[in-house]
Amino acid sequence: MSRTVLQVRNVTKRFGGLVAVNDVSFDVTEHSVMGLIGPNGSGKSTMINMISGSFAPTAGSIRLEGHELAGKPAHKVARLGVGRTFQLVRLLPELSVLDNVIAGAAFGHRRRWGAEARAHALTLIDRLGLTAVMGMPVSALTYIDTKRVELARALAGDPEVLLLDEWLAGLNPTELGTGIALIRSLRDEGRTIILVEHVMDAIRSLCDRCVVMSSGTRIAEGTPAEVLSDPEVIRAYLGDDDA
Amino acid sequence: MSGTDWRNLAISAALLGLAALLPVYGSPYWLTMGTTMAMFVVLATSWALFSGPTHYISLATAAFFGIGTFVTGLGFQSLPFWVLPPLAAVIGAVLAALVGLVTLRLSGVYFVIFTLGLAEMVRQVVTWVQNQTGHRGMYVLTSITEREIYWMLVALGALVFLAGWLIGRSRLGFALRIIGNDETVAKHAGIDTALAKVALFMVPGAVAAATGAILAPRYIYIEPSTAFAPLLSFQVVIMALLGGTGRLWGPVAGVIPFSLLWEAITRQAPNQTLLLLGIAFLVIVYLLPGGFVGLWERFRRRFGGRT
Repeated sequence: MSRTVLQVRNVTKRFGGLVAVNDVSFDVTEHSVMGLIGPNGSGKSTMINMISGSFAPTAGSIRLEGHELAGKPAHKVARLGVGRTFQLVRLLPELSVLDNVIAGAAFGHRRRWGAEARAHALTLIDRLGLTAVMGMPVSALTYIDTKRVELARALAGDPEVLLLDEWLAGLNPTELGTGIALIRSLRDEGRTIILVEHVMDAIRSLCDRCVVMSSGTRIAEGTPAEVLSDPEVIRAYLGDDDA
Repeated sequence: MSGTDWRNLAISAALLGLAALLPVYGSPYWLTMGTTMAMFVVLATSWALFSGPTHYISLATAAFFGIGTFVTGLGFQSLPFWVLPPLAAVIGAVLAALVGLVTLRLSGVYFVIFTLGLAEMVRQVVTWVQNQTGHRGMYVLTSITEREIYWMLVALGALVFLAGWLIGRSRLGFALRIIGNDETVAKHAGIDTALAKVALFMVPGAVAAATGAILAPRYIYIEPSTAFAPLLSFQVVIMALLGGTGRLWGPVAGVIPFSLLWEAITRQAPNQTLLLLGIAFLVIVYLLPGGFVGLWERFRRRFGGRT
């Protein structure tokens, strides 16, 4: 059994009277891809936002290699080793592709500056297949390339855990194949990834384990094959009639 | 440093030398104009160091400037003059840090309004204190000549450019550009955005206070209503935006033509100066969104080939 990198314990988030996440626990082991899945509004993004420090959980603990993340501001969480992409792609429009990636390298978990940051960013740009579009303004990039730039920025800080919030959403079938292969190659490099995803093909082919959420609670955990055949999961996605 | 850096350094040094010689070859009229321009170059350039990358429009210049003039007003009889600008800079930086800690969590228009209110508040406080002690204003009678004031401003300007150049190459400068693009991304990339903004907001605060301290002897008589006049804050913003904040030299390119125009208008039609301010603002917003810097870069992209 490999080492646990991220430990989520009894995490709850309330927004006023609404319980977005209710007493959820799971572990993420090193060098694995953990899928966080569930229907819309089930609390996946809230979970991701709590892990990355966008907001603090109302109760519970999130530990990254022994460091408590719950309640820490986003920049401290990032420095401790959590990198993320956003559900709606966020790039730095006035900066070049290269500077967008260096932005992730200069202040992240492993900090680099000057020639070292530049070399590191160029390696990632090459690794993600962005070399050809490097001279373009970010506003002129295709959709998948903007997603690649964002991923390169998240990787540039050498995070211990990478959070991909629907990174594959909105890609066409060809791009989807490319995207899945890219994430698989990241796992093969030994990265630890949490994937929030709706694309079932991606979940089946990429995830080592999955946590399924519905209405804020964890309803199943296991390998993709296990959870996707679980009657309760099918009910959560499709309703009672199809279960 | 690269070859371009050395070339830019040489050009800057030559221009600075030329500027420093103005009192030697210029008439008294041009010395007065030069002092005013030097003042605005210092204020607008330091303003752009913070407001350029972050897009936080600060109208607090008058507050810091006014405090600087009062530092000189209160201190010139008991302290040697050369102590006063650095002292004012320290006070300005501390005040900027305090203001920054409170306001830089605010975004957009709230920050603008707060900084405008700050100058007014400081003015009211100073007026109140003066009323309590039975003063209206104060005389600043020194033996400092306009020529010396000019040279001090040129030296301060050189410091501001040096600081701007260093910040532009630093992690802090890069962090501010990221914050200006997307603050959420900045936070998740590991930037302590509050600290970075406060740290850089202290620069224009310190510089504006030092500028006020240097210029106080020129006014001879200072009182809160003139020392904290909000017009100064608006002039600085408009000159910086007219020049463009994308480059370090941008504000200078705005200050020189605007000062000349302002001078011409105040002489021909003294009641129409605010009209000029309004028109200048419209021209920038509609025709020159990136200022002269933006215009220059568009021109270079189209005809120069080199980007």
